[in-house]
Formats: sequence, C-alpha cells, structure tokens
Amino acid sequence: MALVELKGIRKSFILGEEEVEILHGVDLSVEKGEFVAMMGPSGSGKSTTMNILGCLDKPTKGTYLLNGDDVSDLDNDQLADIRNSMIGFVFQGFNLLQKTSALENVELPLLYAGVERKTRHSRAKESLIEMGLSDRIYHEPSQLSGGQQQRVAISRGIVNRAPILLADEPTGNLDSVTSDEIMSLFCKLNSEDGITIILVTHELNVAQYAKRILHFKDGIITDDKINNDRRGVV
Amino acid sequence: MISSIEIARTAVRALRRNKTRSMLTALGIIIGVAAVIAAFAVGAGANKSIDEQISSFGSNFIMVFPDRSAQQSGNTMRYLTYDDAKAIEDEVSGIEAVAPMINTSATIIYGNTNWSTSVTGSTEKFSQVQDWEIAQGRDINESDIRQGAKVAVVGKTIVDKMFFGESPLGQSIRVNKIPFNVIGVFVSKGQSQSGGDQDDFVLVPITSAQKRLVRWTTPGRIGNIYIKGVSMNALQYIQSETEVLLRERHRIKTGQADDFSVRNISQILEARRKTTTIMSMLLGSIAFISLVVGGIGIMNIMLVSVTERTREIGIRMAVGAKTMDIRAQFLIEAMILSMIGGTLGIILGIFTGYALASLTSAPPIFTVSSILLAFFFSGLVGVGFGYYPAWKASLLNPIDALKYE
Repeated sequence: MALVELKGIRKSFILGEEEVEILHGVDLSVEKGEFVAMMGPSGSGKSTTMNILGCLDKPTKGTYLLNGDDVSDLDNDQLADIRNSMIGFVFQGFNLLQKTSALENVELPLLYAGVERKTRHSRAKESLIEMGLSDRIYHEPSQLSGGQQQRVAISRGIVNRAPILLADEPTGNLDSVTSDEIMSLFCKLNSEDGITIILVTHELNVAQYAKRILHFKDGIITDDKINNDRRGVV
Repeated sequence: MISSIEIARTAVRALRRNKTRSMLTALGIIIGVAAVIAAFAVGAGANKSIDEQISSFGSNFIMVFPDRSAQQSGNTMRYLTYDDAKAIEDEVSGIEAVAPMINTSATIIYGNTNWSTSVTGSTEKFSQVQDWEIAQGRDINESDIRQGAKVAVVGKTIVDKMFFGESPLGQSIRVNKIPFNVIGVFVSKGQSQSGGDQDDFVLVPITSAQKRLVRWTTPGRIGNIYIKGVSMNALQYIQSETEVLLRERHRIKTGQADDFSVRNISQILEARRKTTTIMSMLLGSIAFISLVVGGIGIMNIMLVSVTERTREIGIRMAVGAKTMDIRAQFLIEAMILSMIGGTLGIILGIFTGYALASLTSAPPIFTVSSILLAFFFSGLVGVGFGYYPAWKASLLNPIDALKYE
C-alpha cells in the first residue's frame, strides 16, 4: 500500500464570476521512504498539489488516500488532526513565530497534539539538538541566521514523528552553501529516519537531491522519473 | 481541543510580546471598572449618611418652611411668622415643643479674632427641639425673647476658635458689628455623621435676629418652624392639623396651593436620597458607558491583532491547531486583558472613591458584591467584545493565512 495516493485529483477556484480549474486530474503514488521533488513553472499546479497533499486544502474532485484512508472529504478539524500527526511542513519563508524561542516554536505541534509540558520540552530539545542547534534553543528567530531558522522549522516538522515532511521551496531564501547544508539534512532524515520527503522547487540542483523527480505543466504531471544523478549521497 | 490552561499560557505569552499595547488596551477597562466601583461606593456612602442623619435628627421631627413654588403659581407669598409658630403650639395637640427659626450666617468678632459662622435665631424651645444641653452659663429665656435682648449662647467650636480656652461668659462678641453678650455655652455634639461640625454656631433670641441681623421688612417674619412631636405616631396628625391651621391663617382658598410646606424629617431626607440616587445612577451609567467603550477598545485591538497575526494563525493551523484552539486563544487573550483591567480598575476605583468622597464628606462604601460584580462584568466585556475577533481568527483559511504578508 502506498503512503500517499492521489487519484484523478481536480481542483478549481472561483475567480470573480468564473470557475478556473488549476489541476486537471493528477494521479500520484508515493511509497513510504521516498524522496520526491516536484518541479515546474509557476502556475503549473505543483503548489496546489502540495497544499492538497498537506491537507491544507481539499480537492474539488478525486480521491486522496493517506496511509490507505480517504482524507478527501474530512472537515477542517479532522484535517488539523491529520496535519498534526502525519505531516511536517517546511516553508520557503520559514514561518516561525516571531519573538518566540526556537524551543517554543518546535513545541507547537506537540502543544496541539496535547502532549504534556515536560515531555514537550524534552522532545523539542532533542529535535533541536538533532538539527545541530543545541546552542540556539532559547534564541528567537530574529537572533538566528536563515539556515538556523530553517533548521528550527525542520525540527518543528519532525518533532511529532510525522511520517511525511512537505517542503515548499525550502532553500528559496538561502544562499547556495546553506542550501546544500539544508538539503543534506533532508537526505539524512530520509535515509536514517525513513521520513518520506516531498519537496517543491524550481531549482534543478536542489531537485537533484531527491530520488524521484516529477514535472508539472498546466495542471498535470508531465514527467515522472527516477533521478539517476543524485547529489549528496554519501 | 487542548486544555484551557495551555491556551491561557499561550495567550499570556502573546500579550507579553506586546506589553505596551496590552497595557493601553487594558486602560480602557481599568478606567471603566474604576468609574463603576467609585460611582457605586460614593452613591452607597451618600445614602448611608442620609440614613444616619435621619436617625440623628430623631424621627419625630417636623419642619415647616415657606414654599416658593406656590408663589410662582400666582399666589401672593406669605412668609411664616412668629405668630404662626405660636398658633401651632397653642392649637395643635400632640406637640412637645415648637421652635420658630431664623438661620443666617454672620461674621463674629471678639478682640482681634474674626470668625464666619452660622447664626440661629430661635426661642428657649430650640434646645428642646434639637436636643442641645447647656455646658456653662444659661440658655436664652422668655424674657430675652420679649426684650429682644442682645445675648448669645455659643457652640463649643466658637469657644475654641475665638476664646482660646478663656471663659466666654459675660464677654461681648460682635455679630455683624452688633455687640451681643455671651450668656452660655452648649455641650459639644462633635461632628455630624456626614462630617460637618455641629458645634460651629451661635444662638440668639429670634426677636434680636429679626430686628438686628436679618432686618426683614415683613413684621414677625421668620425662616421656618421646627416641631417636635410627642411620638412618631403623632406625626401624621400634627402634620395634617398644621396644614389646616396654616391654610386658615394664611387665608388660602379651597383649590389654591399651599404657600408653605410641612414635612417630617424622613420625608425631607427621602427627597434628598432620591437626588443622590439619581446622581449615582447618572454617574453609574456614565461609568457603564466608559466600560463599554473600554470593551470596544479591546475589540478594536483584538481585530488589529488578528490581522497582524494572520501568519501566526496560519502557522498554528498548519501544525494542527483546530478551530476551537484558535478561537479560545484569542478569546482568552481578550478575557485576560479585561480581567487585568478589572483588577487594576478595582484598585484605582477604591482610590477614586475615597478621593471623590473627600469632596462630599460622606465616606464611600465598597461592598464585596459590587467589587465582584465589576470584576465579573469586566470578564463579560472581554468575552463579549473578544468573541467577534476570535471567531474571525478561527475562520481563516490556513493557506491564505500562511501567505499573508
């Protein structure tokens, strides 16, 4: 059974009076432990697909099976639960709470999972240490570099042991050296912890860290192949 | 939904991140609650002091005074006269004593000392009606009244302020430049319940007051008449008999309004109580309005805060916050703001109450129930005005919220 399975996903938005279809039937199956990069020009539907995969949005038509369960028709609170337990997010703009310590930021998913305070602290700390931030635990985002902020965001993504990590242009705001560091971290999480990673990017050298590369164009997947020139594999 | 303690902690953290704004927002509630507390306490204090006045006057006490409203309705004004008082005493039964009164104020001089005080012109019945006793010397008597003698009985304060411990008996004081001989001193009654000095006055024979102090042109004119009934039960009777007698004496035709008013002390004070109640209701409603305005301030700031923190809300939703988690967070933030405002408002209200009461001389009364009510109400304001912003926050779409710049 695939971890993620999209079948005939269509998504339309109402723009003014008109209904505009963005996704024209996306079929995708991702197994546990995969590392997938989604590429394509803007407006090709990759971000919309990402939002549906992340349970932030619902498809207009089609079925989304997550771990075998149909999640295409759940209500907002059920989706919130799934996001909390199954999916970690990493964004281009980091999306950390400002004026809030790295620790508290990482604790957030555990807070909404109802984890008790002490456990929350220790697990968040562990996660930050794993990301190499042992000396930045009580720093606020404004006191951290871009790479450090992104590592805090990754810690937050994995702290609740979600099996899937979704990354939307995670290196978009970073220089190339830091980008490589972050991408190596993703590779490590994928190979050592078995976390399934799905990544949106438009940079080929970033996509090249993935095991599988998808190309989107005009709301459908046009190309889907195994990446034979993988970077960063030790 | 996660526990409300966790949400409260989150809310407190969020408020701390914006300390200045939180305090300014709470200020609206602080002022509102303080105003409510102070208004209620001052109102309650004023009412209590009226109650105490009723009991200190004694309840079997009737006052007759000229009614100016009758004059305006076309009647020729008849003043009360010395003979009216005499007639009441002679013809109405159930009366213990009647004192005709002239109240005026004057500057009295003894040696180099000046003192402004109130001067009462009355008869030997005054002490009986008002329960005064003589400490030294003697009271005024009937022959003083007949002769219009220039004698005076003084209160304790006069002795303290003008004679500095010397015996005033036999000394001559000048009341509005007219020399009066001091013949007696009253026993001190001290402060009245409402804080006024009861001993700061001079009693002179009413005839001397008429001739030498007020110099009214109507012969025999007096200010008002105090009547002491033999008992509470007699009051009703005395009141109606006095009215009939005075209408007759003043030749008021059937259907015409009285040119005088007969009230027992509790009726007079009841009227004053009505005034203070209206005043405190007025104050209270202004205070209430300011509390509501404070609540609107909270709503305003929370709405700004929701907009400003759209991205934060998006992040929280992305990592698993449910609709109710977000709603509760903003609601609790609003409630905490208003509760802090409420608590500080209670403290400020107590200070304000005492400050205001020092002007009215009736000590304010703070009841636990009024304080609890104000606190409870400020919480309610928080919930009431915090709900809309919280509801708005909880309905945000996480994708749009995350994209918000």
